[in-house]
Amino acid sequence: MAELSNKERMKIPRQPMPEQNPFERNRNFLEVNLGFTEELARLEAERCIQCPKPKCVEGCPVGVQIKDFIKLVAEGDYLGAAAKIKEDNVLPAVCGRVCPQEQQCEAACVTGVKGEPVAIGRLERFVADYERATVGIRTVEVKPPTGKKVAIIGSGPSGLSCAGELVQKGHSVTVFEALHELGGVLVYGIPEFRLPKEIVRAEVEALEKLGVEFRTNSVIGFTDTIDELMTVEGYDAVFIGVGAGLPYFMNIPGENHNGVYSANEFLTRVNLMKAYKFPEYDTPVFDVRGKNVAVFGGGNTAMDAVRTAKRLGAATASIVYRRSEVEMPARVEEVHHAKAEGIQFVMLTNPLEFLGDDAGWLHGVKLQKMELGEPDASGRRRPVPVEGSEYVMPIDMAVIAIGNGSNPIIQKTTPELQFNKWGNIIVEPETMKTSKKGVFAGGDIVTGGATVILAMGAGRKAARAIDDFLLGEG
Amino acid sequence: MFRIVKAEFLAPEIKRFEILAPKIAAKRKAGQFVIVRISAKGERIPLTIADSSIDRGTITIIVQGIGKTTKEINTLQTDDFFLDVVGPLGLPSHIEKFGTAVSIGGGVGTAIAFPTAKALKDAGNHTISIIGGKTKEHVILEDEMNEICDEVYVTTDDGSYGYHGFVTGQLQELIDSGRKIDFVLAIGPIPMMNAVAEVTRKYGIKTVVSLNPVMVDGTGMCGGCRAVVGGKTVFVCVDGPEFDAHEVDFRLLMKRNNTYRNEEHDALERHICSLDKMYAEALKEEI
Repeated sequence: MAELSNKERMKIPRQPMPEQNPFERNRNFLEVNLGFTEELARLEAERCIQCPKPKCVEGCPVGVQIKDFIKLVAEGDYLGAAAKIKEDNVLPAVCGRVCPQEQQCEAACVTGVKGEPVAIGRLERFVADYERATVGIRTVEVKPPTGKKVAIIGSGPSGLSCAGELVQKGHSVTVFEALHELGGVLVYGIPEFRLPKEIVRAEVEALEKLGVEFRTNSVIGFTDTIDELMTVEGYDAVFIGVGAGLPYFMNIPGENHNGVYSANEFLTRVNLMKAYKFPEYDTPVFDVRGKNVAVFGGGNTAMDAVRTAKRLGAATASIVYRRSEVEMPARVEEVHHAKAEGIQFVMLTNPLEFLGDDAGWLHGVKLQKMELGEPDASGRRRPVPVEGSEYVMPIDMAVIAIGNGSNPIIQKTTPELQFNKWGNIIVEPETMKTSKKGVFAGGDIVTGGATVILAMGAGRKAARAIDDFLLGEG
Repeated sequence: MFRIVKAEFLAPEIKRFEILAPKIAAKRKAGQFVIVRISAKGERIPLTIADSSIDRGTITIIVQGIGKTTKEINTLQTDDFFLDVVGPLGLPSHIEKFGTAVSIGGGVGTAIAFPTAKALKDAGNHTISIIGGKTKEHVILEDEMNEICDEVYVTTDDGSYGYHGFVTGQLQELIDSGRKIDFVLAIGPIPMMNAVAEVTRKYGIKTVVSLNPVMVDGTGMCGGCRAVVGGKTVFVCVDGPEFDAHEVDFRLLMKRNNTYRNEEHDALERHICSLDKMYAEALKEEI
């Protein structure tokens, strides 16, 4: 890379992600982003000025050696780059797609101070896809067996990253999953058009090759309790990564009308159960063809739901959010994609009541306009109702995407664990240790609903503490 | 994969499966359910565990073929497999010594009432069972109920066997005869459970029903199975499936169960057409 000066590097524009045409993609479930070509990837990698003290690495919750892998990309050693990423991240093809890089590594990128940051996420995705497409996902080296057994509850991002770390350290790892498919939110929550399920399967298979054992259809708490795993089944440590799996509703009248879904149910039907292929697949979802759909909420899940509804053939698909667009927690990229696909954004508006017919079918929602007042506890300006601004929006389907609480099954069946008032497990932040000996926890069940990469970071942190715990115990 | 040790029809369209699932067999308590799936493209279907054998490592489920999936399940035979069986899910039945406990099962609901009736008997209750069916051939588990109950009454809608009428008529007769009833469990079609609740409400008899809403995951994750009990929204899969019959909003339950009526109808039609085609082709081959 010696041939370019930093000045020259910074003159190269940030390379755009090739993507499907918005008016074609809003009628199919194929991936929106098509991925960099080799040419685009190398050009983008040349933009990295190789800072002596790279800020981007600090911005990454799992500490991927970003500068080093990008250098390898610029040199054309894509497989070397893949190996470099995997020293710190077991799911690069997933993270390259769904991480909010603009708030993490790319937010810290020095190139981004004056111009646009290096497209780290796009490069990560390119490298992972290149490896998978050319030689297949290669596995890293595994240490000799320690004879210690770890049970991991939940096969979502935190569980998979914890499993990957621990199996490399020579421990025997079993992942328990309640559903019939592996990947947690990566398969039931995030849609095919943002994260093809084939990629999740490939990443899971790579972990299987490393020696991780996966057991589906296992609802820990019911099928086995945590105590039984540790006493009867002989696990030396347990990691709880069950996610935030209990949807919030708004507790407004009419919420139980037919056609009102939680985002979890709507997305699970479409993603996990493949209702978008009904009747080829047996699970149905409300038929929105030619109908009007409103999604309530402003996060990534809301964007996933509204874009899914559009793809299922909705005549109109709208986001209804009580604050304004700048306060929306969704990734900017997702909002842009949604707008390009024809999604309507109804901002500063709050639902008061769902309206239905005598047979219980939804046909509208009573809305109220809001305006922004003083900042609230979250630092965002609080939405305040505008008196007399109520109106009715005709809709045939509603999706509530205002977040998730914590699932009560583990809490009810594990009395020794300590939970906070929201039902999140209390852990020591440095080690992810819970109040029960040998039991660790991480991801959304600890933090409440957050991101894939934060969950992965927690899984990794816990894995290191579990390794210390297992070896310390001797 | 979960092997079917034994499969047999109990009545037209109602089939009993004994499935190898040692973990669930060892764990399950009366009132709990499993979710099953039979193919990679299949639905997740919740079914109450009717019985289990720890020695054989098996659970028993009883399936009524109504929609495409349940009809497909009922084509499975001994030594076939269920692709997925997960459980035991839901809260166990609340069992105590009430005194005289009446378990009412309508149609395939009898299969769901059976394990709880057994648990009520084991807890020292004087156990009465009322089994209802459309006709004599739709009455199931009469012998099994006779084994575990002190008294068994059978009703048929057409009078072809036992009491001529609905289960509520038989229940009313018992009450009218001056029997003191301390607890009623009612499981069956929604209108039946609703009707039983209305009978017992007048006499202040504690009554429990087991709800059967549409479910997906069965672990509280989707909220599809929500019902209203005592004015509050509940998730049947984790808060139930059994609830106080006098608090359940049966009208809402009925409406919500119609959500996929059109899709279910279409799927079934297509399924029957493809079966017809298969039969037609099989016939052609024979000729």
